[in-house]
Amino acid sequence: MKLLTHNMLSSNIKGAANGFPLRIEVEKATEKQVELNAGFLRNVFPIIEWKALVDAAQLPEVADSSMLDSDNFLNKFHNALLELHLEKDALVCPETARRFPVSQGIPNMLLLEDEV
Amino acid sequence: MSSRPELQAPPDIFYNDAEARKYTSSSRIIEIQAKLSERALELLALPDDDVPRLLLDIGCGSGLSGETLSENGHQWIGLDISQSMLNVALEREVEGDLLVGDMGQGLGLRPGVIDGAISISAVQWLCNADKSSHDPRLRLKAFFGSLYRCLARGARAVLQVYPENLAQRELILSFAMRAGFAGGVVVDFPHSTKSRKEYLVLTCGPPSINTSVPTGKGEDGESCSEDESSGDEENQTVSISDRHRPRKRQKITKKGKGREWILRKKEQRRRRGDDVHPDTKYTARKRKPRF
Repeated sequence: MKLLTHNMLSSNIKGAANGFPLRIEVEKATEKQVELNAGFLRNVFPIIEWKALVDAAQLPEVADSSMLDSDNFLNKFHNALLELHLEKDALVCPETARRFPVSQGIPNMLLLEDEV
Repeated sequence: MSSRPELQAPPDIFYNDAEARKYTSSSRIIEIQAKLSERALELLALPDDDVPRLLLDIGCGSGLSGETLSENGHQWIGLDISQSMLNVALEREVEGDLLVGDMGQGLGLRPGVIDGAISISAVQWLCNADKSSHDPRLRLKAFFGSLYRCLARGARAVLQVYPENLAQRELILSFAMRAGFAGGVVVDFPHSTKSRKEYLVLTCGPPSINTSVPTGKGEDGESCSEDESSGDEENQTVSISDRHRPRKRQKITKKGKGREWILRKKEQRRRRGDDVHPDTKYTARKRKPRF
């Protein structure tokens, strides 16, 4: 699971007012090579919750769109967003502490009957 | 078609390991899925600027449709309820991120983050109650509500569906409209039982030139006029001026109509010249329920 996806996921449990961001408990992470596309990064930048991404990877604390002009930043951003893969870990809902297991890079977000 | 898969078992049971493998190794199915995905992507009408977008593939299964998205350069997140199908997707090393989830529980994505959503042959599964605790209507509501929320403004969702009958199609469409979507149904090859394919094209945001529904394909690939029901649905576009869902009109909860109201009405009728009983202390007195 890329950090891009983690940045979009929110816990849907009944009673959780804000299920984002899900805390990551990493067991195994890998890195894959992905081609950098500046256009995509620029487009997706405003939608990303920066703090959630920073907590998960090594990036400068604060970022604004002017930093997108620097290649160095673009590379780091790209690497964190698309190349880091979480293979085996757990995503924890910040409010209810419910764990969503991740295996083989696929998070299991199925809710039980009483959580819907 | 002997029997619809939807009537045989819930999707996470029907698509077990054996079925998943069979499904994905059939070249005919691969070809059909590829065509459906291409068409859905076309109907998404993403801007033609070669910038990859973040798309959602609902009911992505073994990733056949997702591969089309990757081929067109986009990033995508796929959701499916069947672990078996997703395992096949892993084997095929699809580029999109996969999630195990039930669309009827809500998509669980942050608001306004998705640039477009497609779904190939999946949404009709919502119409069946696979567990006694399921209410298809609640599931449709949760699905369309969460889909509307997670789409960016002006984004589209294209859902290719196989509704069992007209009632199912109406049901799906009505819940889409209730969630705030505008749009309609595009039918390709409406007169052929074999090639007929339906796509729900849904848009978020105010109706404009971009949200007009394109015409379906005809027998020889020419555009033909859509069949009657699609035309009717097109006229159902909800015009919304902002992203808030249209508020349901509040039910006026009056505990019956008070004495004042009755006296007012009697005045009105007197003014009109009707014959009205004079107002006495008995006017608007509560009668026995048997009355």
